[in-house]
Amino acid sequence: MTDRVLIIIPAHNEETALPGVIADVRAHQPDADIVVVDDASMDDTARTAERLGVGVLRLPLNLGIGGAVQTGFRFAREMNYDYALQVDGDGQHPAAAIGDLLERLRAGDADVAIGSRFLAGAGFQSTFLRRLGIGVFRVLSRVTTGRSVTDSTSGFRAYNAAAIHFLADTYPSDYPEVEAVISLSHNRFRIVEVPVEMRERQGGRSSITVGRSAYYMIKVMLASLISILKPTRRRSL
Amino acid sequence: MESALESVQTFHIQIISVVVSVLLIAGIVELIRRGKLREEYSLIWFAAALVFVYFSIWRHHMEVLAQRMGIAYAPALLILLTIFFGSVWLIHFSVVVSRLTDENKRLAQELAILGTRVRDLTPPPEE
Repeated sequence: MTDRVLIIIPAHNEETALPGVIADVRAHQPDADIVVVDDASMDDTARTAERLGVGVLRLPLNLGIGGAVQTGFRFAREMNYDYALQVDGDGQHPAAAIGDLLERLRAGDADVAIGSRFLAGAGFQSTFLRRLGIGVFRVLSRVTTGRSVTDSTSGFRAYNAAAIHFLADTYPSDYPEVEAVISLSHNRFRIVEVPVEMRERQGGRSSITVGRSAYYMIKVMLASLISILKPTRRRSL
Repeated sequence: MESALESVQTFHIQIISVVVSVLLIAGIVELIRRGKLREEYSLIWFAAALVFVYFSIWRHHMEVLAQRMGIAYAPALLILLTIFFGSVWLIHFSVVVSRLTDENKRLAQELAILGTRVRDLTPPPEE
């Protein structure tokens, strides 16, 4: 195995959950490099990560989850990583499944592998409202791209170099997951879903509160519809 | 026909309008001179001030224009134009703010990446 893998952990005020997440990732992927993107946390997220000996990208101002993850993609592109994986800093994503996602990409028949909690049908299935929203997005992605992704809000994803290059320039700013799937699909990246058992978050709070849900739905739908009107810009490597 | 008093009042308003417009132009020039306003954003303000001066001096042209456009009440044309150009100007600002937000994001991301690579080269001293 000579390919290089970067695990991107976006973290905003996750000092409590971070050590567990990093230990979990290390236990399952000892050869992968880990970089924590500290999205201008108020707590000791950056120093906690540094003490654990992983790379830290410290954002000087809060960019939100999309901007933070994109920083990881830009770093992966600059450092020529073959694969990049997003694992959230709150402990919902099981590191044991990272290998499954990477295997799908190494097989060469996919550019993006998404961990789906619904294909597995087991583990944490999220709240009713969120599942309802995910259902709407499923219809949305089917209508806009002709493809159905069962868990388009899942942030647990692996990307190959071509997808990293694309997303380093185009990853959406806030609530990026759904829009990114539609945009990747529109640009003919091959997306596969892999069944994954999610857990409940181990600490911190979701960026999506009840009050923001309506804004979230409308923003994501608008952005997704507009993203298929944009010219395709897939690059060849 | 306008009475003598009315035409004197009109004349006063004309003078006030011209003075205000000239002050607006002077203010914009001063802002540019002090480096607080970039030239590219000042153009529209100069244009607005000139239009203002024009209709202050030849105020019946506003009425003629309104009549040609089928607007019975001339000041309504003024309000219409103000709203139209105001909206265009606000959209322009939204575009500028969006661009600045994007550039700001890029800078923050590059800074984070550079910071990591610099710390790798010269680690901070142990506490």
